Amino acid sequence: MSKEPVAVVGIGQTKHVAARRDVSIAGLVREAARRALDDAELTWADVDAVVIGKAPDFFEGVMMPELYLADALGAVGKPMLRVHTAGSVGGSTALVAAGLVAARVHGTVLTLAFEKQSESNAMWGLSLPIPFQQPLLAGAGGFFAPHVRAYMRRSGAPDTVGSLVAYKDRRNALKNPYAHLHEHDITLEKVQASPMLWDPIRYSETCPSSDGACAMVLTDRAGAARSPRPPAWMLGGAMRSEPTLFAGKDAVSPQAGKDCAADVYRQAGIGDPRRDIDAVEMYVPFSWYEPMWLENLGFAAEGEGWKLTESGVTELDGDLPVNMSGGVLSTNPIGASGMIRFAEAALQVRGQAGEHQLERARKVLGHAYGGGSQFFSMWLVGARPPES
Amino acid sequence: MPEVLTAPLVVEFPFTRSLGPVQSAFLTGLRERVVLGVAAADGRTLVPPVEYDPVTAEELRDLVEVAPTGTVTTWAWNHEPRRGQPLGTPFAWVLVRLDGADTALLHALDVPAPEAVRTGMRVRIRWAGERTGAITDIACFEPYDGEPVPPGGSDGAFEDKVAGIVAHARLDYTYSPGRAQSAYIAALSGRRTVGERCPSCRKVYVPPRGACPTCGVATTEQVEVGPAGTVTTFCIVNIKAKNLDIDVPYVYAHIALDGADLALHGRIGGIPYDQVRMGLRVEPVWTDGGRYPDHYRPTGEPDADYETYKELL
Repeated sequence: MSKEPVAVVGIGQTKHVAARRDVSIAGLVREAARRALDDAELTWADVDAVVIGKAPDFFEGVMMPELYLADALGAVGKPMLRVHTAGSVGGSTALVAAGLVAARVHGTVLTLAFEKQSESNAMWGLSLPIPFQQPLLAGAGGFFAPHVRAYMRRSGAPDTVGSLVAYKDRRNALKNPYAHLHEHDITLEKVQASPMLWDPIRYSETCPSSDGACAMVLTDRAGAARSPRPPAWMLGGAMRSEPTLFAGKDAVSPQAGKDCAADVYRQAGIGDPRRDIDAVEMYVPFSWYEPMWLENLGFAAEGEGWKLTESGVTELDGDLPVNMSGGVLSTNPIGASGMIRFAEAALQVRGQAGEHQLERARKVLGHAYGGGSQFFSMWLVGARPPES
Repeated sequence: MPEVLTAPLVVEFPFTRSLGPVQSAFLTGLRERVVLGVAAADGRTLVPPVEYDPVTAEELRDLVEVAPTGTVTTWAWNHEPRRGQPLGTPFAWVLVRLDGADTALLHALDVPAPEAVRTGMRVRIRWAGERTGAITDIACFEPYDGEPVPPGGSDGAFEDKVAGIVAHARLDYTYSPGRAQSAYIAALSGRRTVGERCPSCRKVYVPPRGACPTCGVATTEQVEVGPAGTVTTFCIVNIKAKNLDIDVPYVYAHIALDGADLALHGRIGGIPYDQVRMGLRVEPVWTDGGRYPDHYRPTGEPDADYETYKELL
């Protein structure tokens, strides 16, 4: 028996900001969930199961927050699952929820991911004072910056590529009312003049720290037929993992990322992603990861990704727009960031992306990664249901 | 074989909490010696109050004051109170259904021995002398055989509401780095870097983890690596890290020690930061009492060819 096709019929986000002091964590997730249900014109009673994700419990220090969030998400008396795969968790949470629909375990599943960074300290949560170990020498960006330098060496990319990505994503964010950073006076010169934090990464090339939640309602064919607005259809979805550090690891273009993308393309019948996919919402926490992931995901040959960025291909009006929403560089509630990528991809194919809507968005990829390039999760969504 | 190391690991952090409307009213109430519950859709009064109905999922906002007296619904004896618990002497953990409430609140009951506790006993709140808008404003419960105290009529409207609290979290662990890392650390005390080779893929792991993450087999063969190595990639750190006494800018590098198949991380010194480059040959610089090399400095050898370290970035 073939899988049940999975449709996205409801999407909800909070307005992402540095601190939502007016709401509890429960109030924050509720807001996104309510908006997703409203979008689908469904009630709590229509939801069969809830799948929730966030980054490590240590971030906010609430152990197993799903226990206390069951009331806020209408999950009492229903199955509720928690997913955790570090920064990619928003993506893998959506895929776990999609699997429940595809396997016909449940008809309609509410999936949600969140982070309330104002109540947490991600830097602290990730650098515990482990006895006998050498203290962390460089901070968050210091983990990524050497990989960026390795990419620059390998590809011969000019120094300016990172600033082009940041300038593009911050301008795209101006068209997204839910984005955290709205830098109305952004210029390329300002990005390039921002302080060098972890050379080669500048301040303006790093992501902010946000409070936010994102929710989606996933449903089966029957649910999609009742949807008041056009659904987005899942054409392929996959997760892959590999150790954070091992001999032979390619931190610039991890094998797990390549394998994950290949699996999605195989499911969706994508022969040439550059030709067959219209746009990408990818997880770019530091600007240089755009060209790196363009290569890892097969949109460019090895060493060539930066040329797409430099020539404007990834701009909103380019041939392969990347991060139309402004991306992680403009909004980073860590646990939610992956789901925002997945949801923004779905918004595009539904034609519901508002001011940052693309004219041509028939097939859009949502991408997330986390845990030091340890976990990858991706889905491809389309405006039409899968064939077969 | 050297002794396997252990040491205490204390994880503590002051988390900030934004309370939202219901918890804000509840905690502000405690400051004012008022206990608030919330009216659920089925007519029950839930104490402590919740923001969303556990049956219908609807938003709950109707706050109702309940009495400071109540009945123990169940209990457990705590014979050895820990740091940060409500009382320093042995006490009973109790669930108390306050008069006017339909659900029970968890707190401590101050009684000298388990014989003094029973389900169904009457208790009342002992308020803390100084109250700030926190659950600890209820110091504990105490036995009470007087008349029920009628609740006031507060609906949760207070001046100067508590909007956020700081929740101090602390976890106490005993940490052990295990056999392989203990051996690595023991060798470091003799200023030698000893990794372990995977019997299957032959890769040398430094620091060793006791198992190869690729092959999933135990590693036991010890291999001394270094002392010199190659900077495979790096960044220049321009922001001062907390609790780290290093002047910025400094170079944080991935260093592949000679003979190792994985780069480790270290600081580069003895050369201006803007002259560090990929391929630079370096050696460790030790300081007295340091468990790890303080930093690495150039050996003066010619730079390594990119082809020799491109798999070790």
